[in-house]
Amino acid sequence: MTEFSWKIGGEAGYGIMTTGFIFGKSFVRAGFFAFDINEYPSLIRGGHNTYTVRVSEEPIFSHTKNINILVALNDFAFEKHKNEVKKGGFIIYDTDTFNINSKPKDVNILPIPLTTLATEKGGQNIMRNNVALGASFALTNVDIKFLYEVINDVFKEKKGENIASTNIEAAKAGYEFVQKNFSNLKKIEFTHNRKEKRMYINGNEAIALGAIKAGCKFYAAYPMTPASSILHYLALKEYDYNIIVKQTEDEISAIHMAIGASFAGVRAMTGTSGGGFALMTEALGLAAITETPVVVVLAQRPGPSTGMPTHTEQSDLRFVLHASNGEFPRVVIAPGDVSECFYETFNAFNIAEKYQLPVIILTDKFLAESHATTDPFFLEGLKIDRGMMLNKGQPEAKDYKRYENTITGISFRALPSQENVIFKAATDEHNEYGRLEEDPVNRILQMDKRFRKLKVLEGEIVGTKFYGVEDAEITIIGWGSTKGPILEALKILAKKGMRANYLQIVYLMPFPTNMVKVVLEDAKKKILVENNKTAQLGGLIKEMTGIDVDYKILKYDGRPFIPEEIVAKIEEVLTFDKF
Amino acid sequence: MTSFEELTTQEKPTWCPGCGNFGILTALKNAIVELNLPKHEVVIVAGIGCSGHLPQWINTFAFHSLHGRALPVAQAIKLANHKLKVIAVGGDGDGYGIGTAHFIHAMRRNVNITYIVHNNQIYGLTTGQASPTSEKGFKSKSTPHGLIEPPVNPIALALASDCSFVARGFAGDVKHLTHLIVQGIQHKGFALIDVLQPCISFNYLNTYEYFMKRVYKLEEDNSYNFTNKRLAFEKAFEWGEKIPIGLFYKEERKTYEDELPQIAEIPLVKQNINEIDISSLIEEMC
Repeated sequence: MTEFSWKIGGEAGYGIMTTGFIFGKSFVRAGFFAFDINEYPSLIRGGHNTYTVRVSEEPIFSHTKNINILVALNDFAFEKHKNEVKKGGFIIYDTDTFNINSKPKDVNILPIPLTTLATEKGGQNIMRNNVALGASFALTNVDIKFLYEVINDVFKEKKGENIASTNIEAAKAGYEFVQKNFSNLKKIEFTHNRKEKRMYINGNEAIALGAIKAGCKFYAAYPMTPASSILHYLALKEYDYNIIVKQTEDEISAIHMAIGASFAGVRAMTGTSGGGFALMTEALGLAAITETPVVVVLAQRPGPSTGMPTHTEQSDLRFVLHASNGEFPRVVIAPGDVSECFYETFNAFNIAEKYQLPVIILTDKFLAESHATTDPFFLEGLKIDRGMMLNKGQPEAKDYKRYENTITGISFRALPSQENVIFKAATDEHNEYGRLEEDPVNRILQMDKRFRKLKVLEGEIVGTKFYGVEDAEITIIGWGSTKGPILEALKILAKKGMRANYLQIVYLMPFPTNMVKVVLEDAKKKILVENNKTAQLGGLIKEMTGIDVDYKILKYDGRPFIPEEIVAKIEEVLTFDKF
Repeated sequence: MTSFEELTTQEKPTWCPGCGNFGILTALKNAIVELNLPKHEVVIVAGIGCSGHLPQWINTFAFHSLHGRALPVAQAIKLANHKLKVIAVGGDGDGYGIGTAHFIHAMRRNVNITYIVHNNQIYGLTTGQASPTSEKGFKSKSTPHGLIEPPVNPIALALASDCSFVARGFAGDVKHLTHLIVQGIQHKGFALIDVLQPCISFNYLNTYEYFMKRVYKLEEDNSYNFTNKRLAFEKAFEWGEKIPIGLFYKEERKTYEDELPQIAEIPLVKQNINEIDISSLIEEMC
């Protein structure tokens, strides 16, 4: 199996994000699998940006440790990343920008005047990125036409045909330069030539698509990394799909708007990161007590406070489970990959309306912004279920009780403008009609009614996924974006002859207690993998099942796990275990 | 025909007898009757405070939201179904304190809703603390040594925030207030009606008598022109021996909804969401 990793590094503000995306997408177009990860500081100009793309003939789920091709746009990038390049790998650097003093051993150095090649044919300096793309492509045997195609797609729409063709010219110059000057280098050879059509999409885009498909008609949000690109994507499509996308004055307004729109009868969503969610917490309870459906996306980043805005962490699990005052049912879903982002967002809208409660989709920067390769989403069978909407002439419309104490806890929802069913949605405790009521018996009745909904939902969802062999020495447990690195770690462990499996917990609330119990009670060595400091899922598992995990692999440096790192930690704890 | 009786609920308001809120509730019901609005097409959105209880005692749809948050909820209800008449109510703490950001942005946004602020210059439901509109030096439970800050000027704030309809009423003059609310609902755009509302339990200063002596109607001043923003600003700062009530300012401009092609034909809530075709979006991602 052929695969390689490519990294471009340089100053922020010089189009590195677009360049990296184009590189990955070109290989997906050519029928391969790509996965990318970007790293950038919280500033617009200056600072150091990198974009890493892993390409493979076989399905891949995350980035890996080392790289095969480095494109260094400045000397900082060269110095910082030169030792990450594997033996036999390549370093392309811009001789117009800097000179190198020393070079790593066993690596092919390709000094290329990237800027000169970009500007020779009338391009701008920034187009040196495309020269680098062409040069990088020349190090593989993949047809360069895929790169040209994607450059054209990306720039034609944004900047027009002329800019697109100048960019293609720049890429061509890079490609030809390498072919001419470095023809003796051993290329990265791919053997297969499949042409399946696949998507190259990140978590935020997948959530946006899921929302559009689910009939989300109202999205309100305040910009906050790493959730902002949901806002950007939906705003771009708002006319095509008749969605009102509203950037609000703050997150408090955003969630209240989503609640208001939903009360009026449209499917509504908001999205933010941890800090913005902190501002939304009071309203989460408002949605709960008024039983107004709402979907909230929380793309996590390292906290507390502003933390590290452009990095990743899984530290808001406990927060979303308990956010807001009082006790109320909520649903917390943590998709682990882009395709789950799509399907679970679609599900989130159905659940929110069927059970008339807030649903939180918990992702993080790593999942939100990394593109992965996936089959086109399968749309058959995605059915909108709006739950118990009151129709005209229904028996319940007579003496209508919005908050009727039913067996399931779910009561019929009427909408403003429906005749003869006027009701009040109240933030205070209320009776079945929605009128303020502080009577103790009524309080218990309404509390139990609301919580009963979660019990019913529990029977409907499959909250876990299971990967790997049944009879394993080790069982890895995780949630959310660690899925990719864990699946890659499983591959490595299998190669090393270790029997391992992986329990992914997708629904954190309602917690799939029985499923988790069944798997963990039989598991030999239970290893928890979480992108946080305090093992939040570990605590939750203990709380819900009474089971302790045997080992915790925790990472809280703001970076996602690398598969090799998980494997090394597992080997470490297993070795330690022998003594 | 919508009648006053059908808007009246069986439950009686629990406000203190003599509270200015009674006048506001009556004026609001009068206005709905006068405009003959079908009651199921009216949504009243409230915040928290004594004013927040108002929707309980008027027979229309209602969303009783959180403190300071009536406006975001109300705006979104309107955007989701712009055929509804949406009226937000709140207090001075609600709109001019905790919800100030929403207040300012709702005005510049110009969503076609009406906002009635029960401005009693005190926190009533929490038993008498200073509010954003309490007068400087005002002594209350929270300011026993006298309030240090000068009050928020809601009329001037509204004018500065591009509010397209700015009015002030007095809870003690129900007829005049009714007329203002009628105009506010009829206005195409965001209408602010700040209402001087005596709190008989906690505000010893701004009483009925206090206002009776001071208020005068802008409509009765022939030299006043409510389309002149400069004049409106001048009047906004008149507070003391004389306090103007009535329509300060009004302008016709596009509402937020007017600018949304998404709802030019069909209200958002009426749009079909089954079988939405996203195949072209998937194609773009390939």
